Amino acid sequence: MRKIVLALSALAMFGSAAYADPIADRQAIMKERGGLVGQLAPIAKGEKPFDAAAVLTALQALDANAKKWDVEALFPAGSDKGDTKASPKIWEDMAGFKAAGDKFAADVAAAVAAPPADLAAFQAQFGAITSNCGACHQAYRM
Amino acid sequence: MGLLKKLVVAAVVLGGAGAAVGWYLTAPDGLSAAEIASLPAGDAARGERVFWTGGCTSCHAAPQAEGDAKLQLVGGLGLHTPFGTFVAPNISSHAEDGIGGWSAGDFANAMLRGVSPEGEHYYPAFPYGSYARMTTADVADLFAFMKTLPAVEGRAPDHALGFPFNIRRGVGMWKLLYLSPDPVVTLAADATDAARRGQYLVEGPGHCGECHTPRTFDGGPRKAEWLAGAAAAEGSGFVPNITPGDDGIGAWSESEIITFFKDGFTPDFDSPGGAMAAVQKNIAHLPDEDQAAIAAYLKAIPALPDGYTRPAAQ
Repeated sequence: MRKIVLALSALAMFGSAAYADPIADRQAIMKERGGLVGQLAPIAKGEKPFDAAAVLTALQALDANAKKWDVEALFPAGSDKGDTKASPKIWEDMAGFKAAGDKFAADVAAAVAAPPADLAAFQAQFGAITSNCGACHQAYRM
Repeated sequence: MGLLKKLVVAAVVLGGAGAAVGWYLTAPDGLSAAEIASLPAGDAARGERVFWTGGCTSCHAAPQAEGDAKLQLVGGLGLHTPFGTFVAPNISSHAEDGIGGWSAGDFANAMLRGVSPEGEHYYPAFPYGSYARMTTADVADLFAFMKTLPAVEGRAPDHALGFPFNIRRGVGMWKLLYLSPDPVVTLAADATDAARRGQYLVEGPGHCGECHTPRTFDGGPRKAEWLAGAAAAEGSGFVPNITPGDDGIGAWSESEIITFFKDGFTPDFDSPGGAMAAVQKNIAHLPDEDQAAIAAYLKAIPALPDGYTRPAAQ
């Protein structure tokens, strides 16, 4: 019993420590997301050769990144203040904001579920995935 | 007459004269008949390029419009600023509700002098402070293009401004202080033609400084901090420094700036937020040489520290 309590409180502490700075956490996820898109963009533009295995690896990493997007934990009330470009509209329209993140995650998951076999297929998927960036930023980021 | 009485009379006379001079100086000052007569004939095909440079649709289309609806310039977007709310009017080709009934001179007066066909001042939320630097050829081409856009019925509500900004005549004072067709930045004597073309696009029709340059308390641009970033006109955010220094975009190459205009991705594969998302899509319509010209200019201007205070991390 004592062990369970200890473990639970340790978990709770770990949990709160992990989310002590939601602004830094969400920015780190976005930074990583930008890096992954940056790996894929030169391939989509034809500046680097299409390699199905390398593309799938990057898409899987993007999928893992998208699944880290826990809106409740990353955008708690009050985290609109500080060094953030998050728009107040996030908290005015939390349902719409979540839907935008879910759509991005769904588009990435769809690409991973049907790995692109050639450049044309990848370009279509990449276009669908990255159209989410601007759409969400326009509405929810300053 | 006692001295005091004389002084009072003098003060009243001087005050009255001052008011009269002030009234005279703040009068809306349109183009002369000769200037209007010499306006060139517009070319709609060339005007489309000017239209995307100016990004008219970002404020004058219905809010959230996408696709072809962006060419329906019905107005209605509210700009919520510390001065009050400015509402973008209908500038579609509708004869009564839009600008379909305007002459070329009416349009040039609006763009270059901020004066309406009724002879009143426009508020500089309509960025004629930048458009005043445009060539009459571009203004005429833009007008020709806008006549080809759909006529849309409907009038936007009036501006809702606080005192004293609700006194339209006061805009005449703003114009005395800030309205000038002169370039803002003095480029180096050996600046490239591309950088000079970029200067025209950025300082004139592109009106980048309207958001990226901080303002004085009365809403004029602080030209010594040109494009150094600013507190946003709306809300609590800020607009980034785009000068070529450490606080700005000094780390971006010209080709990275061009990639941003075309694809909407920064060198870190971030994408623009807020109003810039729509602006980037407008700039993406420009021909390669104009995108390259803007990039060349942004590399040629003085590098400045931020024109705003970044919020502290909490």
